[in-house]
Amino acid sequence: MRYMPHTAAEREEMLTKIGVGSIDDLFTDIPEESRLEGLLDLPLHESEMVVEKNFRKLAAKNLSPYSVPCFLGAGAYQHHVPSVADHIIQRSEFLTAYTPYQPEISQGTLQALFEFQTQVALITGMEVANASMYDGATSCAEAVLMACRVTRRKKAVISGNLHPHYRDVTHTTLQFTEFETIDLPPAVSGAERVDDHITSEIACVVAQNPDFFGRLHDLSALAEECHAAGTLLVVVVNEVVSLGAITSPGEMGADIVAGEGQSIGVPLSFGGPYVGLLATRQKFVRQMPGRLCGQTVDQDGKRGFVLTLSTREQHIRREKATSNICTNAGLCSLAFTIHMSLLGESGLTKLASLNHSQAVTLAEKLEAIDGVDLLNDSFFNEFTLRLPMNAASAVEKLGEKGILGGVPVSRLIPDDPEMANLLLVAATETCSASDMDDFVATLKEVL
Amino acid sequence: MLNNKGRPTQPAAISEMDTVVETFTGNKGLELESPLIFEQGVPGRVGVDMVDPQPVKSRLGGLERKDPIGLPDLSEPQVLRHFVRLSRQNYAIDAGFYPLGSCTMKHNPRINEKVARLAGLGDLHPMQPTSTVQGALELIDSLAHWLKTITGMPAVAMSPAAGAHGELCGVMAIRAAHEASGESRTRILVPESAHGTNPATAALCGYKVDAVPARKDGRMDLDAFAEQLGPDVAGVMLTNPNTCGLFETDVKKIADMVHEVGGYFYCDGANLNAILGRVRPGDLGVDAMHINLHKTFSTPHGGGGPGAGPVVLSEALAPFAPIPFVTHGENGFDLVEQRSGAAAKSFGRMKGYHGQMGMFIRALAYMQSHGADGLRQIAEDAVLNANYIRVGLEDKLNSPFEGICMHEALFDDSTLKGTGVTTLDLAKAMIDEGYHPMTMYFPLVVHGAMLIEPTESESRQTLDQFIGSMRHLLDKAKTGESDYFLSAPHYAPRRRLDETGAARNPLLRWVPPEPAETEETSLSAAS
Repeated sequence: MRYMPHTAAEREEMLTKIGVGSIDDLFTDIPEESRLEGLLDLPLHESEMVVEKNFRKLAAKNLSPYSVPCFLGAGAYQHHVPSVADHIIQRSEFLTAYTPYQPEISQGTLQALFEFQTQVALITGMEVANASMYDGATSCAEAVLMACRVTRRKKAVISGNLHPHYRDVTHTTLQFTEFETIDLPPAVSGAERVDDHITSEIACVVAQNPDFFGRLHDLSALAEECHAAGTLLVVVVNEVVSLGAITSPGEMGADIVAGEGQSIGVPLSFGGPYVGLLATRQKFVRQMPGRLCGQTVDQDGKRGFVLTLSTREQHIRREKATSNICTNAGLCSLAFTIHMSLLGESGLTKLASLNHSQAVTLAEKLEAIDGVDLLNDSFFNEFTLRLPMNAASAVEKLGEKGILGGVPVSRLIPDDPEMANLLLVAATETCSASDMDDFVATLKEVL
Repeated sequence: MLNNKGRPTQPAAISEMDTVVETFTGNKGLELESPLIFEQGVPGRVGVDMVDPQPVKSRLGGLERKDPIGLPDLSEPQVLRHFVRLSRQNYAIDAGFYPLGSCTMKHNPRINEKVARLAGLGDLHPMQPTSTVQGALELIDSLAHWLKTITGMPAVAMSPAAGAHGELCGVMAIRAAHEASGESRTRILVPESAHGTNPATAALCGYKVDAVPARKDGRMDLDAFAEQLGPDVAGVMLTNPNTCGLFETDVKKIADMVHEVGGYFYCDGANLNAILGRVRPGDLGVDAMHINLHKTFSTPHGGGGPGAGPVVLSEALAPFAPIPFVTHGENGFDLVEQRSGAAAKSFGRMKGYHGQMGMFIRALAYMQSHGADGLRQIAEDAVLNANYIRVGLEDKLNSPFEGICMHEALFDDSTLKGTGVTTLDLAKAMIDEGYHPMTMYFPLVVHGAMLIEPTESESRQTLDQFIGSMRHLLDKAKTGESDYFLSAPHYAPRRRLDETGAARNPLLRWVPPEPAETEETSLSAAS
């Protein structure tokens, strides 16, 4: 087997040196009656050529969204990832390094993390960011836990327009803790009275911008209401490209930003791995979850970077840690950093503007179709349509005609008649004018 | 010697220069520095070409950003060079031996990377209609089959994103099962040698954590365990092979004991590599175990992630598994995404979408490449290599626990006593020798612990050289050359870093320099 270097003769010599007669003598601590004598009931090893064929066969059974007009969003967005990003993350030195616990020989990973933290802080308008979480949904849950620690309060108010997966993951994470949530229902009309629930008992309010239905909100007034009650405002962003066009959560008064960074540098990959973002104010850093990279100097006075404030973390604090998280999304955060470096100020601004103009163009075409209503009065690159038919059926029919025409809201919010005809539609820089025309024409046929 | 153009073809016999020279750039030949990306930009440079947006009437609802973000503008070659330079300041398994105990730093095959990027796999959107992703669901189902067969367990939850996330999944399933039978148990037992994630996870599930001490032979103390057990115990979290690199010989008894009081057996699967194809956790009484695809099944560590931590579950815990999961019916594969029907008892959702698909693809490619025969060989070679190192060093270093080890060899620092050299100093000197140091000061039950995990990927020649190098360093430490160790590393891109200073004054991001000072103004006036 090509991955293992020993020959049979070498194995024998090594066993002799160890002082045992056979390989079985190294496994005698396993209870005798449980030892496997034969092989597992699985196929034998395959050559690289055969393995590749196996996966090509599996891939052929899927419809690649890059091969057809695609308007899917709902928290995961199709964007062009520059070749440089994928090339760099495949360099051995980044791909096959462990967590940078030995900073002298991990400055590459560490400096990139420091740059990642800075980029995330800049785009969210916050003072500091951590070195990434698993994904946006887990980051949201961690943000709520963090807000409870900071405020020493036990309740969080969750906007009904938060991505349902984010809400569910937050529920799951909190269910066996002393913390609880007050959940507002999804507000299709856009009007949601979050402020009615803010009291001196509330640790945080969680609001998403753009929200699950694609609408944009000025959260400044909500932030003020929160702060007056000593409550933190957690702002969730799952389309980070929007931050190139709209006022940042920090500027609106957010205390914690929990985000999904997939749009920058990370392939769709059927939902994971992605990269969770978590940013906050400097004064809360000691309550943050996850790894943090900090700047320092070495013995010779040269600037260098280390993992820091690890006294918050599980390997030091054990059951008193701020979180049980250990692994982060290292390589995805690197891809994010590279893509964001390529974009820069001018690129991110232009990409955001391009996304918005694509979405506006598409929305105008779609809302012109008889019986189709656009729900949003504002949006960035995704909006919600009310169709004159069941949206899930429409999506199936569009799929049969080779168009990935959006996400039916009912897939994420089932069993609610109000949602049955709602369709989330996203348009990014990847869709062409003809993609849009095909979509519009086919949707007319389907309806 | 000069060639006929006067170009010297041999180095001068005696160099007059000191061997250490400061360069103008701060670079040292191939060792190239790169400033922070924020220090390299020039406004207006372009790193991504794209079409100009069509002018449209803004529908941003008056939320247009007014202030600049503060990101630097760079060209593509600048960005490429920056990250190439950074990459060269990293140690990596591709470049050298990385015997980091408990981390299973094995070879990361490139076929895995290739197939993870195939069109139709790496580019699928998670919310495509399931009819358009039948191959993806088949892949997840197939990986689940391999994991269940390898572990001898009836069910697997695929969505956890990492080992600690998998622990959370397992312990939540345990708590959900107890609650479903109307029991409110309050304690989880965890051996002292456990990974820090174990107690942190139990605490996040609302449990009080009680530590169980180790016996003299490095296994969990059964008498102490028996004393701690009671009707209020929800379960035990045991790593097997444990973090001392030893198989818990009484594992079945431990399972029986915890089951007897109505508790569950959570096994931390971080060290599964040692037992692949030699024993199935399902035959040892395990109720839940996470599998680190990024350790055992070679998905790359990527400088700290991403990982994937599927959790195999017993019949008793399977109904409580998190959503989503893949089912197979008349119309092909489907996804159960809501807590109803087959998932009515599910304890909830752990992450967005369906799990770490990119890691699933890589892990399955790795499994297919090995097959049943190769998987068993992995465990055998990993254990063989660890014991080879143990025997090669045991006259120089003290093994706190006698006898054969599994996939990692554990030593304490008693040999270094009185030398003025610590485990940390020794580790930094290993960097100069071209190795990534072993895991240090873990497990906590051993003083100055050194945990060495070679994995099956390493050749005998690599192991021999490593053993030779360690023996050389240990001899050096014992002959009073402590200064050499205290000042190590000498040959890394950085010397030892001030970690205390970093924690005292956390500087977690770049900040723009203060506006230009008057000195600069007067300079430009002078020019």
